[in-house]
Amino acid sequence: MGKFAAWVGYLIVLLGLPQLFDSVLAITIFNQMAIAIVFALSYNMLLGQGGMLSFGHAVYFGLGGFMAVHALIMIEFETVYFSITLIPLVGGLIGLIAAVFVGSFSTHKAGTVFAMISLGIGELVAASSLIFVSFFGGEAGVSADRTFGPPFFGVEFFQDVEIYYLSAGWVFVSTVFMYLFTQTPAGRMANAVRDNPERAEFIGYSARRVRFISFCTSGFFAGVAGGLFALNYEFITEENLNAVTSGRVLLMAYIGGLGYFIGPIIGAVVLTLMNSLLSNYTELWMLYLGMMFVLTVLFLPRGFAGFIMMHQTAWLRGKLSSLFLPYLITGTPAIMFGGSILAAIEMLHHEGEPFGFLFLTLDSGNTLHWLALAAVGAASYFACRRSLGQLNVAWEEANRMDNPTEGGPG
Amino acid sequence: MLEVFVFSTLNGLVTGLLLFMLASGLTLIFSMMGVLNFAHASFYMLGAYFAYSISLKLGFWAGLLVAPILVGTFGALVERYALRRVHAHGHVAELVFTFGLAFLIEEAVQFFWGADTKNYQSPDLLDFPLFTLFGQEFSAYRGFMITISVGIFLALYYVLTRSRIGIIIQAAITHPHTVASLGHNVPLIFMAVFGVGTGLAGVAGVIAGPVLTTFPGMAVVLGSIVFVIVVIGGLGSLGGAFVASLMIGLLQSYAIASNLGMPDLLNWLGLEFSRDHPLNDLWTLTLPQIAPVLPFLLLVLVLIFRPTGLAGKREE
Amino acid sequence: MKRLHRSITFRITLRSLLASLVLSFFGSISAQEPVRIAFIDPLSGTFASIGTSGLKQLQYAADELFNSKGGILGGRMIEIVPLDNKQSPTDTQIQFRRAVSEGLRIIFQGNSSAVANTLNSTISRHNRRNPGQEILQINYSAVDPILTNEQCSFWHFRFDAHAVMKLNVLTDYIAMNPEIKKIYIIGQDYSFGQVVSDTSIELLREKRPDIEIVGNEFHPIGQVKDFTPYVTKIVSSDADAVITGNFGADMVSLARSIIDSGLDIPIYTFYAAYDGITATLGADGVDKIYLVHNDAGNPLPSEERLAYTRNFKRLNPNNDMTQFRITNALQMLVQAMEASQSTDPYDIALALEDMRFTNMSGEELWMRGEDHQIIQPLHISVHTDQNIVVDADNSGFGLYRDFSVPGDETVVDHSCRMRRPRR
Repeated sequence: MGKFAAWVGYLIVLLGLPQLFDSVLAITIFNQMAIAIVFALSYNMLLGQGGMLSFGHAVYFGLGGFMAVHALIMIEFETVYFSITLIPLVGGLIGLIAAVFVGSFSTHKAGTVFAMISLGIGELVAASSLIFVSFFGGEAGVSADRTFGPPFFGVEFFQDVEIYYLSAGWVFVSTVFMYLFTQTPAGRMANAVRDNPERAEFIGYSARRVRFISFCTSGFFAGVAGGLFALNYEFITEENLNAVTSGRVLLMAYIGGLGYFIGPIIGAVVLTLMNSLLSNYTELWMLYLGMMFVLTVLFLPRGFAGFIMMHQTAWLRGKLSSLFLPYLITGTPAIMFGGSILAAIEMLHHEGEPFGFLFLTLDSGNTLHWLALAAVGAASYFACRRSLGQLNVAWEEANRMDNPTEGGPG
Repeated sequence: MLEVFVFSTLNGLVTGLLLFMLASGLTLIFSMMGVLNFAHASFYMLGAYFAYSISLKLGFWAGLLVAPILVGTFGALVERYALRRVHAHGHVAELVFTFGLAFLIEEAVQFFWGADTKNYQSPDLLDFPLFTLFGQEFSAYRGFMITISVGIFLALYYVLTRSRIGIIIQAAITHPHTVASLGHNVPLIFMAVFGVGTGLAGVAGVIAGPVLTTFPGMAVVLGSIVFVIVVIGGLGSLGGAFVASLMIGLLQSYAIASNLGMPDLLNWLGLEFSRDHPLNDLWTLTLPQIAPVLPFLLLVLVLIFRPTGLAGKREE
Repeated sequence: MKRLHRSITFRITLRSLLASLVLSFFGSISAQEPVRIAFIDPLSGTFASIGTSGLKQLQYAADELFNSKGGILGGRMIEIVPLDNKQSPTDTQIQFRRAVSEGLRIIFQGNSSAVANTLNSTISRHNRRNPGQEILQINYSAVDPILTNEQCSFWHFRFDAHAVMKLNVLTDYIAMNPEIKKIYIIGQDYSFGQVVSDTSIELLREKRPDIEIVGNEFHPIGQVKDFTPYVTKIVSSDADAVITGNFGADMVSLARSIIDSGLDIPIYTFYAAYDGITATLGADGVDKIYLVHNDAGNPLPSEERLAYTRNFKRLNPNNDMTQFRITNALQMLVQAMEASQSTDPYDIALALEDMRFTNMSGEELWMRGEDHQIIQPLHISVHTDQNIVVDADNSGFGLYRDFSVPGDETVVDHSCRMRRPRR
């Protein structure tokens, strides 16, 4: 019942977002998120559920996207005749075909061998995309117009918001299917093979076959995401299948949290927001992204979703509120410490010119600013260090297994 | 034709030996910790940038001496305070961490030094042609690069096979627990190996910076190729890495020098396609055009047909 | 006492009220809504320095030429809105939509022809689908000929000469040198590299049939670690000159490898200056690197231009005035706004068509109406440290003008069949 409610909530959020924020920019960001969510979920199918670390997942996204754009061109020139609402399916099929081909030899092994093959394939495809100009269009890519073909119940997709509703539909359907996949024997076995391929073989499953199925399904959904990209942007270039895109999807899935189905969705949303909003406030956003990624790997190995799920026990026991105050006491100086580090970085960057930082104006030429910053940084660091013990105590308290006489079902 | 062959061989040797300096550290670290260090080429880049900054004040030679030590120390600190922490979460987490580190180092380099190419010059002392063959000069600096690389290979080989430290390291790779029981500080050995490995990458950066241009993209250009070498050579094998480095260096050099391509193949087969053929791009492909991506083709082929690499013992 | 106090208070209040009334009246005149212009180029990532440098030049031109002199269109200020596209076509789309969403109607963009191409088709589509909210593309740097030929658009104006025009001048210059008998062409394997190769071969065959093309090489963009193997081929081909369209690190590495091999031949280029390249080539590149571009360079052609450049350098000590065409573009844009008394892209576009303009260097510029391609004098400069008044990268080295071609001689035919919007 709870799960059903969650799905309905998901659908309502997907469909309701453009009602709340209806500017062109907001719709653009939602469209980006839609693409990123499907792509990141498909990646999680590999790494999170199947234990296969891929450095070339953009290949399936990109190939699907390229074919989708070519399909749009075919619709425009009336070589074929179908509604553009089916374009993501075209992308998905191409992603699937590519994955079947590559998977036939790359899924023999997981681990480093798989990672290296994916890296090699990624580089090869990226290089060929610049060489085979007639299909990939060189560095300018190929572009098309989505407004041809038969209208879909009167909608001709002139506006981005119409594409958003189409994308939202595809995102929902894809999410449902990807979730259902985790519940199938194949999906369950993917987890088993990830954790211990030998034992999985003992009970009669071919680890390679299980990996192959995960890999192909993942390729299919990456292709669907590529098709959504084609519909939204109406063009695609080589950057959408090169290592940068492959790296970005890894970041999304990892920051969001690999082990959880919802993790990549969180990662996709956070990274899309960073990419499209943070870059307007600072030129150093890539540096911050890198810092955030490394810190996540170091301190939140299970990502944002893992951090949220850590509180499950406390929540079930109704003790989540007891953590609020300790979090506030530790969190405030921690945020201030982080803020003063960022301020210092920005001051180094804006050497010799005053600039706005939050509500302050800082100037790297002003020694007083440096001193104040150092003072705030040091004070908040020690405050944070001192209160950490209390937080630990509160955490233990909230998660402690009670005596059977006191506790509920636990 | 002979001149092209001779110079291509020389060029291939220089590139190959340079690649080996990176690959040797990487493969050493892999045999220790079982993790491929994605950020290895980033340490190479740091070496070049540190040396550039030092050379502005104290000259090239001071940079050659100090920069690798700085890089090695930084590498050791990364191992001690970050990698060891991530190690608990498994190999995938480690690989992902080094991937993130590579990303972060590139951004940090842009932050501190800017995105422009840096005017990092080779020393005046070596600014003369070593010899002139067929009207083409071979600079003394390139000769110096070859000398340093070969020197490092020999020293490394000696240390690992003939010295006491080398024996302890070798033992720690295969039997860490036994070595620990014998009273050796295995975590310290790990840290030292990581430091030395990254320091070697730093040396490569210092001597390659002036020739291959010092810019923030220099790690990316080299990074995946070094990976390829370590995998082709057989993960964890120093000798394999050496052979693979030279092979890749020469392969690229010869591929560029040759003018062969699909047109020649088609001629030989007696086939001809019009320029409007949909696969025209394929029929006009030449070897020099794809030379830089040949290693990746090799990588995929090796992994499919011989996943342990040329001399690999260990398979994951 | 109390009364007095009160009356003073009253007076003060009255006076301040009056003052604020007066202020708000005049204030409403001086604080007219600014004319906002989007600048979409890389401001972070690998190409950030080029984009940031362009932004500084555009900002400087707006402040120095217009805002400090009371603005345009009777007192409106020019506001430059920087939008970072990281030189990625995808991010360009996002920033384009941000511009639309913030009501920006004029977009400056220059770096990367791939970005310019996708922006061009996006704007065409957008303008077709959203009549009344058209966007204007001011392309100050992307040189792919296609933008003013097959894919020309009413909403796109180019303020730099395209690749074929530049090559036309470059091959004229090469043809004048009788010592050059063999030429080696090497370039990055993408559309611009292909255009450079194809066009130079074609033009040289026409102008100097005796010149032999001894090499025509492409290498993957940004993938080559070491150019020495390529240089080996150049040496063994006995070439007298090299033509390359390389940019960035590929340009520096190639030039350095050629010079290191002891080869003493001229290298004809497009992008071998500024942003660290001039400093890195330094003394090695003197009298070897030739560059075709639209800027007059050293010696600066007019006092006004010199003062303008010096002042920019004073405000931005770490940047150079690398793209003077940005100033040209802004001045012509403002002139078009003043002429049409409008900031609507359609009116501006009509006013820009066939506009003739004399720039600060005293050069005649003409925006050809048929394809929206600027026609301007082109120059070939050499990398040197002799007679350099304004250097590059604070290195003492810079570009010295060696050969100039007046605008009307740079004209090449176009294949543009422009679709004009009906109003």
